[in-house]
Amino acid sequence: MNAYFLKRLAVLIPVLLGMTLIVFSIIHAIPGDPAETILGDKATEQSKQALREQLGLDKPWLQQYGTYLGELAHGDLGDSIRTRQPIAREMVPYLAATLELTVASMFFAVVVGMNAGIVSAWKRNSWFDYVSMVIALVGVSMPIFWLGLMEQWIFANKLHWLPSIGRMNSRDPVEAVTHLAIIDAIIGGRMDQVWTVIKHLILPSIALGTIPMAVIARITRSSMLEVMDADYIRTARAKGLASFQVVYKHALKNAAIPVLTVVGLQTGSLLGGAVLTETIFAWPGIGRYIFEAISSRDYPVIQSGILIIAFLFVIINLIVDLLYAVLDRRIHYQ
Amino acid sequence: MSKKYAKHNIWTVLLVLALGFVLVLSGCGGSGEGAKPEAGQPSGGAGEGVQDTLIYGRGGDSVALDPAIVTDGESLKITHQVFDTLLEYKDGTTIIQPGLAESWEVSPDGLIYTFKLRQGVKFHDGTDFNAEAVVFNFERWADPKSPYKYEGDSFDYYDSMFGSEESRVIKSVKALDANTVQFTLSKPQAPFLQNLAMATFGIASPKAVQEKKADFKSNPVGTGPFVFKEWKRNDSITLEKNPTYWKEGQPKLAKVIVRSIPDNTARFNALQNGEIDLMDDMNPDDVKQLEGNSELVKIERPSFNVAYIGFNLKKKTFNNPKVRQALNHAVNKQAIIDALFAGQAKPAVNPMPPTLWGYNDSIQDYAYDLNKAKALLAEAGFPNGLPEPLTFYAMPVSRPYMPDGKKVAEAIQADFEKIGVKVNIQSPEWATYLDDLKGGEKDDLYMLGWNGDNGDPDNFLYTLLDKDTIPGNNRSFYVNEELHKILVKAQTEVDQDKRAELYKQAQEIIKKDAPWIPLVHTTPVMAGKTTLKGYVPSPTGSESLGNVYFE
Repeated sequence: MNAYFLKRLAVLIPVLLGMTLIVFSIIHAIPGDPAETILGDKATEQSKQALREQLGLDKPWLQQYGTYLGELAHGDLGDSIRTRQPIAREMVPYLAATLELTVASMFFAVVVGMNAGIVSAWKRNSWFDYVSMVIALVGVSMPIFWLGLMEQWIFANKLHWLPSIGRMNSRDPVEAVTHLAIIDAIIGGRMDQVWTVIKHLILPSIALGTIPMAVIARITRSSMLEVMDADYIRTARAKGLASFQVVYKHALKNAAIPVLTVVGLQTGSLLGGAVLTETIFAWPGIGRYIFEAISSRDYPVIQSGILIIAFLFVIINLIVDLLYAVLDRRIHYQ
Repeated sequence: MSKKYAKHNIWTVLLVLALGFVLVLSGCGGSGEGAKPEAGQPSGGAGEGVQDTLIYGRGGDSVALDPAIVTDGESLKITHQVFDTLLEYKDGTTIIQPGLAESWEVSPDGLIYTFKLRQGVKFHDGTDFNAEAVVFNFERWADPKSPYKYEGDSFDYYDSMFGSEESRVIKSVKALDANTVQFTLSKPQAPFLQNLAMATFGIASPKAVQEKKADFKSNPVGTGPFVFKEWKRNDSITLEKNPTYWKEGQPKLAKVIVRSIPDNTARFNALQNGEIDLMDDMNPDDVKQLEGNSELVKIERPSFNVAYIGFNLKKKTFNNPKVRQALNHAVNKQAIIDALFAGQAKPAVNPMPPTLWGYNDSIQDYAYDLNKAKALLAEAGFPNGLPEPLTFYAMPVSRPYMPDGKKVAEAIQADFEKIGVKVNIQSPEWATYLDDLKGGEKDDLYMLGWNGDNGDPDNFLYTLLDKDTIPGNNRSFYVNEELHKILVKAQTEVDQDKRAELYKQAQEIIKKDAPWIPLVHTTPVMAGKTTLKGYVPSPTGSESLGNVYFE
């Protein structure tokens, strides 16, 4: 087990190094003069030149990359060109906001998706099976921005059930400590706001979680169907175990591995795919942070943002791999 | 037995699921304040039932909050609340009026300006506003080695309005006494007072600049109607009432929260849901829905921009003014406005908006007339249209003066086709786009626009069409010596009537030469609650919210 864990960790180093190289190269291949775009029409040639020097754009590519790696090793992600703040510090609130949204979305996707998949497999060819698989098909092909705007229109504008934008009641905000709004509200003893924060989470997390929900439902169903035909399930049933127990305990445990893979992959893609949701729901997360950086050509922020997302993706994959080993003891021998 | 049991279980699970779903939804609606959680309700105990917090929704965040180092409109919208300038623009116009300076005198040669400052004004940090503070600010902006200029900062607007380091217009700024400050210019500058009223020249507290150092740009301190409170990047900026503001009875609001909501439709949804009270940049398509909502009111910002098609005069096709005039005749501006601007624009005749003084009303536009266009092309030696297809650069990004550049380009492409001129539309990414236009090698004609900064015609005509601004904002590479003489003369002439006359002449020359097809002046549309009163949008794009209140 430990050897497996260490081996998995060691693989991370070349992966991460490769990531820095790719991110760094892509950014530098984009055409156009960044100084002009950053400073705008009204800037003088003098200030543009100063900015080029500050960014090191006048130096050779390899030298820029070396400097970048050196700073990275010290945990320094550089300063944002737009705001001139250290990125490592500036990114924390955005990262927290995205984390909160991602967790809520995955919670929705896993709870609804897995249950729908399980019940569909359990009651194969029933009306519930058909309905939920149609929903899953629609869900997986639904454009996020459309879904988000429709949610706002129905649940906020027409029914007035839920707020449409932001993270909390902005007229009476909670003080930011961890930047995770729910936890901040609890720390601040603001129980009224805990509820408000949850309400703000509902629409964006459904918008963001719909695709993973649909994917998870379909995978769970097919994986469960396979397992349910296995001999040991028949044995379990023959022993007279309750259906509920058979399905949720015996079958689910073995059906869970492909589902886990999908959950991991989907969580990773949520991190990057949050841009649209964050834009529509005015959610100040990492997706928007990078998006704004791209539109103002804030090189260091683009680099760092993509790097962080890639890093999280790798970490999530690591966790998934380790969970395999926990779920199925045979895996680490392979 | 097991079968019966199983059935029972399915229904239990389904019931639990359904119950959970209902609970979630009912919980959301049930708790009452969920309905319109943020708006509607008056906040704070201040006025009984009257709202005293304004939530203003806009598309993007500020870059920095020190007005001197920024050039973007979103930053100035905030600094306009925190800082005052020596002079101000009258509400909704670009006519100057006293601000922190109560009165002023100009020497006959136009070189010495003496300002009497308002007394008893305090910065938000409690220090006094006085002549020394004015001197401190102007010296900070003028000195490239100022200790209060930080890495990466530059005072771009100061450089562009008052000349770069080698050719500063302001020679010196002196405090004659505590309330009198004197500017000595190195040469007369006609738009000098007009420039001083720009939001970017807001007077900062010297003590705060010295103490906060680089942090000043995210913790601004001025004398304005609102005190800066908090900035959550990409989310919101909170401003609170300045209780000792010098303007009688202002500000009327207790708090202003400015939120960034990037998607136009989402922002409109938030307004309809009562989560914000005022919003920028309506989608033209949403205007109908806005007009049908009795709780909301449409607010039009005075048109102060121009969108245009520029000809690249480096290309020999356009050497002949007849070709340029022919293409001017071939564009059906009104049809484009009706179809693609939802009517929220006016056809442009001249390179500057008609609301600006010095505008030449007597100039007739090139009428939409395909026969005339064909005749002109024939005269230029192209009886069958142009032999080669042209490269037409269409904007890849949306701008206030041009919501959808590609669609407008397609409409124009169809218009040109009718007179035998083929164009290939290209829309490279924005930075490349600007680079290419500046180089002038790749494009034959291009689309661009401009929003006025300071209410002076110089800021349109000289900035965009003088030979001095090549390479730069004159992306047509248009050179006319006679025009240049007029524009330079207008810069140093102090008498505004004489200047207006010069600018009218300039517009005639430009119309005849036709380096552009002036396309439209758009009217940016905003929306607000009907209970919102006292909001007067400025043509420059930002205004003080001191007079705004709710009924």
